[in-house]
Amino acid sequence: MSDVLVRARGLTKRFGDFIAVDGIDVEVRPGEAFGFLGPNGAGKSSTMKMIGCVSPVTSGELQVFGMDPATHGPAIRARLGVCPQEDMLDGELTVEENLWIYGRYFGLSRREARARAQGLLEFAQLTDRRSDRVEPLSGGMKRRLTIARALISEPDLLLLDEPTTGLDPQARHVLWDKLFRLKQQGVTLIVTTHYMDEAEQLCDRLVVMDGGRIAAQGSPRELIERHCSREVLELRLDPVVSATGTTGAARGVELLGEAFGERLGERVEVLPDRVLVYTDDGEAALEAAHARGVRPISSLVRRASLEDVFLTLTGRTLVD
Amino acid sequence: MLAARVIERNVLAYRRLWVAFLTGFAEPVFYLFSLGLGVGALVHSVTTDAGTTVEYATFVAPALLASSAMNGAIFDSTYNVFFKLRYARTYEAMLATPIGPRDLALGEIAWSLIRGAMYSAAFLAVAVAIGAVDSWWGLLALPAAVFIALAFSAVGMFATTFMRSFLDFDFITLAIQPMFLFSATFFPLGTYPDALRLLVQATPLYHGVALERGLMLGEVGWGLLGHVAYLAILGMIGAVGVSRRLARLLLS
Repeated sequence: MSDVLVRARGLTKRFGDFIAVDGIDVEVRPGEAFGFLGPNGAGKSSTMKMIGCVSPVTSGELQVFGMDPATHGPAIRARLGVCPQEDMLDGELTVEENLWIYGRYFGLSRREARARAQGLLEFAQLTDRRSDRVEPLSGGMKRRLTIARALISEPDLLLLDEPTTGLDPQARHVLWDKLFRLKQQGVTLIVTTHYMDEAEQLCDRLVVMDGGRIAAQGSPRELIERHCSREVLELRLDPVVSATGTTGAARGVELLGEAFGERLGERVEVLPDRVLVYTDDGEAALEAAHARGVRPISSLVRRASLEDVFLTLTGRTLVD
Repeated sequence: MLAARVIERNVLAYRRLWVAFLTGFAEPVFYLFSLGLGVGALVHSVTTDAGTTVEYATFVAPALLASSAMNGAIFDSTYNVFFKLRYARTYEAMLATPIGPRDLALGEIAWSLIRGAMYSAAFLAVAVAIGAVDSWWGLLALPAAVFIALAFSAVGMFATTFMRSFLDFDFITLAIQPMFLFSATFFPLGTYPDALRLLVQATPLYHGVALERGLMLGEVGWGLLGHVAYLAILGMIGAVGVSRRLARLLLS
């Protein structure tokens, strides 16, 4: 038990006919930051709720801290910190009371709850807003308060469901910094996100979920290596119709296809506004394209990111 | 006992909402003055179902006490619970802690009882002050009010778990209003036609009123325990129902 905090085998969640989570296998070890990455509706939140013991498992096996959520829900929840997708702060209470009463829900003594609330106010940089109601706080402040609230019980495992969704870049970076500090303190994190940069920043290991299944898993680096190339060449091609009737862009794609698809064996993806060439050497690919007569409006060579992996695995169709 | 933490949270929230308490207390007192003293000046005495003749204020005071316990309990267990359940999602946040749906149900019902008891205590003090309580048995009117609050808060909360929007609360008003007016509150049961009498006797407020009236007028008999049993059983059925419904709604 000590080497695995969460163990799922064939974990399945069904709502009527809809299968939200379709038999996933997952193991989360102490001290790591584990990510569930996927588009909306991939089954991330359903998985988190099952781990958080607020959603019964339909079938398969799930153990959290070596216990079964069906029979030991309260005991498991006592050791969990949960930061839900929506803040769900208590609007009838002040900032400080939100922290304090949450400690009381976990059975802390009044004095202990008060002492921890002090520390967490500082952690969340909300000490000067302690007596304010929750509603006037900014989105970033609410999120920090929600995370602070999840920490009042000093959990062994922190569940963060899309912790930075809807935040501006500054607030997001502040939050990543906070989460990074927690990780360094040895708190195990499980994060769901559809932000690639977030997964890259925070997660030691992650699974990419799509349609309730695990599409891939590994460290961010491994996933990029396995499912993507090292670099990506992005080309913007001119879509103007030429004298021969074909569009310039289409001709450019043909040329690129000849240049890479056949000759170099690179993968080329055509998007409405640009062409992506997955390659291990972006500059060389760009030169090859030039040599073939492709004249892009603009070009960009960048490192492959989890975003590329994600889109490769889950496709570009919009999911709602 | 984690249900106690649910109560603690409400105490914390209501420290700033003491005005709500004031109105909950004021309403039945206004009725007591208007009906008991005002109408009482016209209707000098009433013959109760037990056959004794009492002043109108003395007759109506127990009914108003029962109604105030009902109103206090209903208000908290319906509007406030609905808001926390559907809008503020307070319960969802609470269920991420060791607190479970049963703790939630017990805590919220207990909190309604506390509110109901506080209104009743204040009302009882006023009723005693204007001389509308005849018997020392009247001291038991307060614990009796807790049973009334239990029945109404548990059933009210159970009904609330089925509500989809605030519009549905008209159904609560639809149930409460006639009960308030016709549960032998303002005139004795004997004045109703036979068919209606059975209907009146089936309502929970009737049992609350009959219980309070028996105690405050000193017309005490074993029959009063029947009223207590009715209210207690209704309360327990409601409490089990609430706990199941919360689990169904929140742990899906």
